Amino acid sequence: MTETLAETTAEAEEPLPEFPMPRATGCPFAPPPTAQALHTERPVTRVRLWDGSAPWLVTRYADQRALLGDPRVSSEATRPGFPHASAGFRENAGRRRSFITMDDPEHARIRRMVTAPFAIKRIEAMRPEIQRITDELIDTMLAGPAPADLVRALALPLPSLVICKLLGVPYEDHDFFQRNSSKLINRHSSVEEVVGANEALTDYLDGLVAAKLANPADDMLSELASRVTAGELTQRDAANMGVLLLIAGHETTANMIALGTVALLENPDQLAVLRETEDPKVIARAVEELLRYLTIVHNGRRRVALEDIEIGGETIRAGEGIIVYTSTGNWDSEVFAEPERLDIGRDARRHMAFGFGIHQCLGQPLARVELQVVYGTLYRRIPTLRLATGVDQLPFKDDGLVYGVYELPVTWAS
Amino acid sequence: MRVEVDVPKCVASGQCVMIAPDVFDQREEDGIVILLEERPAPELHADVRESAVVCPAAAIRVVEK
Repeated sequence: MTETLAETTAEAEEPLPEFPMPRATGCPFAPPPTAQALHTERPVTRVRLWDGSAPWLVTRYADQRALLGDPRVSSEATRPGFPHASAGFRENAGRRRSFITMDDPEHARIRRMVTAPFAIKRIEAMRPEIQRITDELIDTMLAGPAPADLVRALALPLPSLVICKLLGVPYEDHDFFQRNSSKLINRHSSVEEVVGANEALTDYLDGLVAAKLANPADDMLSELASRVTAGELTQRDAANMGVLLLIAGHETTANMIALGTVALLENPDQLAVLRETEDPKVIARAVEELLRYLTIVHNGRRRVALEDIEIGGETIRAGEGIIVYTSTGNWDSEVFAEPERLDIGRDARRHMAFGFGIHQCLGQPLARVELQVVYGTLYRRIPTLRLATGVDQLPFKDDGLVYGVYELPVTWAS
Repeated sequence: MRVEVDVPKCVASGQCVMIAPDVFDQREEDGIVILLEERPAPELHADVRESAVVCPAAAIRVVEK
């Protein structure tokens, strides 16, 4: 009895694990060891954030699916208790409202304004164009000096070009919007940097929406402009949505291309399969597995409880913050056998790399086609592709909302 | 097998169309689900079940008979 009590007291005084947690040196793809230990020992537990708050960290796949699909869980980032990634993110929550930080029914109304262009058939129709851009970028890289930075040569320009075309944003402005979106999603950016980047991007998109009001074209910003004319959106709301789509459209896929290439180069047997196939089914499977394995949106899906919720043997009270840590959910051995093994032949379609629930990624069909084209082309066209530096020398992007590498020096036999 | 879709719940993630294109389609105006086959052929059952599992909005219900 005394012993149990002593143990309880010791546990109560034990400092909470800090979140986010560092990854282990030499294991750039694995979720942090502390998070993996919590997944086994305390799958629903409190963690300490930068501001001293103590939201719940949920690390098990089944609990994550249950919570992300639960209408008692809110995405409204302006609610008290919402777990923000930094002071900048918190400051921005009230400034830039978009459907990813709204609950239904408002969320559904706004989201449905932008779902049509991402329908499977419409994205499939873009595949030849995505293939053409990919081939041209690879041609240009091969014509230049080796080593080259794969991020600048292919990973970043491909999704940027595609999302610019879809939205109606001039690609010539890519330095401007890429620089500001990096600042906006970096948790180490100061409040001033985040607010400044947000204003710069929103003003920029606001100007583009205004131009589309006067001269509509066949693109998403013109579609949003027509909603402004119809009185369904304010021009500022339309600009906010444009910022969201622009950022989500290039940061994510860019990092999947670069980090996925690192993972494949580190797993030569898996890379060999991709290099030697033209079977779209094999390539599509590989994309799902890489999405699962890497979970590049690695700061957790953030929510706040609207009511008391029993989950994983704990009670999350109304008003408490929740971080659904999909990095460990996608490495849950209850769902994915030997999760630490990159196995592009496995069926990984149940991964939560795009999130789960009503907020699941809107652009996932586009991301899939882009990744299928790149993974199905790059290693076939450059079979001798290799890193021009050690993996341990790569600048990993641990400070952003999206994990990846800042640059990726690669070389090949000419 | 009988399939039901809950249209108001659908968030147009498109995963059902990707997995079982003979059973599901999307509305042109907003990508929301259209059920093509209420009673799909047996060879499609596995894909339909998978579509229901991955549907992020739990908008697909499979009634096994």
